[in-house]
Amino acid sequence: MKVEQLKIKEYCSIFNNKVMLNEQLIFENQETDFSSFIKLAYKKLDTNYPKFFKMDDLSKLGFLAADILLKPISSDSERPKNIALAFSNSASSLETDRKHQNSIVDKENYFPSPAIFVYTLPNICLGEISIRHKLYSENSFFIFNHFNAGYLYDYATCLIKTGKADEVLCGWINRDADDYEAFLYLVSTEGSIAHNKEEIIKLYTRK
Amino acid sequence: MSDLKQELKEKIITQLNLEDIAIDEIADNDSLFGDGLGLDSIDALELIVMLDKDYGIKLTDPKEGKKIFESIEVMANYITKHRTK
Amino acid sequence: MNKIYLSYNNIVSSLGFNSPTVVENIRKGVSGITLIEDENLFPTPFYASVINSNLIKEAFESLGSNDDYTRLEQIMIISLDKTLKESGVKLTDRVGLILSTTKGNIDTLDPKHPMPPERAYLGTLGHIVKNYFGFTTEPIVLSNACVSGVLAVSIAKRFIAQGTFDQVFIIASDVVSNFILSGFNSFQAMSSLPCKPYCKQRSGINIGEVAVSVLVSKDHDNLVPEAVEVLGEASCNDANHISGPSRTGEGLYRSIQSAFKEAKVGPQDMDYISAHGTATTFNDEMEAIALNRLGLDTVPLNSLKGYFGHTLGGSGLLETIIGMHSLYHSTLYSSLGFTELGVSQPINVITETTTKNLDYFLKTASGFGGCNTAAVFKKVQS
Repeated sequence: MKVEQLKIKEYCSIFNNKVMLNEQLIFENQETDFSSFIKLAYKKLDTNYPKFFKMDDLSKLGFLAADILLKPISSDSERPKNIALAFSNSASSLETDRKHQNSIVDKENYFPSPAIFVYTLPNICLGEISIRHKLYSENSFFIFNHFNAGYLYDYATCLIKTGKADEVLCGWINRDADDYEAFLYLVSTEGSIAHNKEEIIKLYTRK
Repeated sequence: MSDLKQELKEKIITQLNLEDIAIDEIADNDSLFGDGLGLDSIDALELIVMLDKDYGIKLTDPKEGKKIFESIEVMANYITKHRTK
Repeated sequence: MNKIYLSYNNIVSSLGFNSPTVVENIRKGVSGITLIEDENLFPTPFYASVINSNLIKEAFESLGSNDDYTRLEQIMIISLDKTLKESGVKLTDRVGLILSTTKGNIDTLDPKHPMPPERAYLGTLGHIVKNYFGFTTEPIVLSNACVSGVLAVSIAKRFIAQGTFDQVFIIASDVVSNFILSGFNSFQAMSSLPCKPYCKQRSGINIGEVAVSVLVSKDHDNLVPEAVEVLGEASCNDANHISGPSRTGEGLYRSIQSAFKEAKVGPQDMDYISAHGTATTFNDEMEAIALNRLGLDTVPLNSLKGYFGHTLGGSGLLETIIGMHSLYHSTLYSSLGFTELGVSQPINVITETTTKNLDYFLKTASGFGGCNTAAVFKKVQS
């Protein structure tokens, strides 16, 4: 397969209380905080997956963005299912790490929660997506100080070129303090946007 | 006893984030795991923490939990018998 | 495609501060796991493999740095310093840096820690290591639960194959912390005794800490005697549960199958399996099922958790490096802690350290999030 044939098939972003699919706004609610916003988006987008409510914020964010891109693919039995996941962010799972840390500070009130602890790894989000879409595929979670289009480009290209994946869902999902941001894009042999570093940066910064 | 059952149902819904289930949808004898409420192994561990934190009951063997968390009825009986707070 | 090798390497652990010393201790059957009494780490005494703080201080001071570094940063620097110097590799824009860690400086979130909690950002950790040594490329931090150490090798290989780098240094480490111990304890996963992988009497994990480093390179002319070629690797998700291992070992089965395919080898070629073997009931059982499905039940296998405990982001690379030395010394090391088979499917656990000519080995790991990784290595014939 020729590298120059790879395309960005679709992309999705969640930020500033908006959900965008490609150029299109598919949900917006400016009245709420993140936790209510993401639940409203879940309902509006017919996600229908009760385990969503058990996830931490980072997983909710990545799961929902991935679901928007993968739902049409995973409901079609004819489509290739070897879709690798290559995600990145700057805060790892720190927002949930802080919750676990708070539960162990006071020795008199020491009740760490297994349901919180399990989310103190950023790749749990990849597991949630893999379970939902039955992806027995490559998962990697990278941490960079800033969005790094170059590394994601090289990594996705290599996975497809070496036959380790048919498609790669790539991007950035971050949740830290009061801030959140998701930008995912699907690298494929189909699509109309060229897969290169400049396009990835353009799509990421345009949102 | 019926107060405790009600309390347990509320706690299970909030602590295990069963957002789309209402209290009156859980019958006292419904099984909590498997086909019933569909709880999983992490939920079971979370219930062990709840027993410790709210009722002062320490379970050291997760296998014990399997029997105790069979239904709201069984849980309420066990808590009534063993609670220290 | 170019061949890709693992070459210069180093292990900083409770069993010594360089690979040969550590390997010699393993040969002698010495375990680094001891009973620790430290209320700052855990309310009751617990078994773990913890590196002596005075030895860290001494080794770090001898490097001559005056700046403040956390315990994790210090052991990472001590480990990588030796690997880097011995390799003689010049740090240009063709040389990458990968850090494998699950939790990094997570202990700095504790209000009692002298460093600010901002130190817990993994990107910050990456830059601290980068700047100490003067790497010129952006560090890649990989945080993919307990498969990180093996997956880091795959990722280094892929970036070299893709032409991003010619050589990559990996540093893999996590430290024993209050954060980790309390979490695994809430999962009822901790053993109250030294761990016993695959054994009938196994009752959970011990946590450990190491800092291991390796040079991944396509340069055939700069290899150490224990160097191995990375023949094939793959990582597949279970798509089953975020903490419980798959009952059928699906992800591990697929990972090994796919690594074999790339390596163009089969089960009959494997001389040794360096398995994950955490000593929890479900993990060890899952591995036995996956290995049986692949016809790997007779290949000699060990888990090194009995020597080091589970060293999280360090474990996969630690065990790969021991595997390299195992091939070089033609020695199968005993799976410490094992006495009686305690999984439902037959596997060939190494009960005594024995010499045997070895050419190929398989490394596997599995972790939270349903992730699994497998890699096949071949001895470089000198």
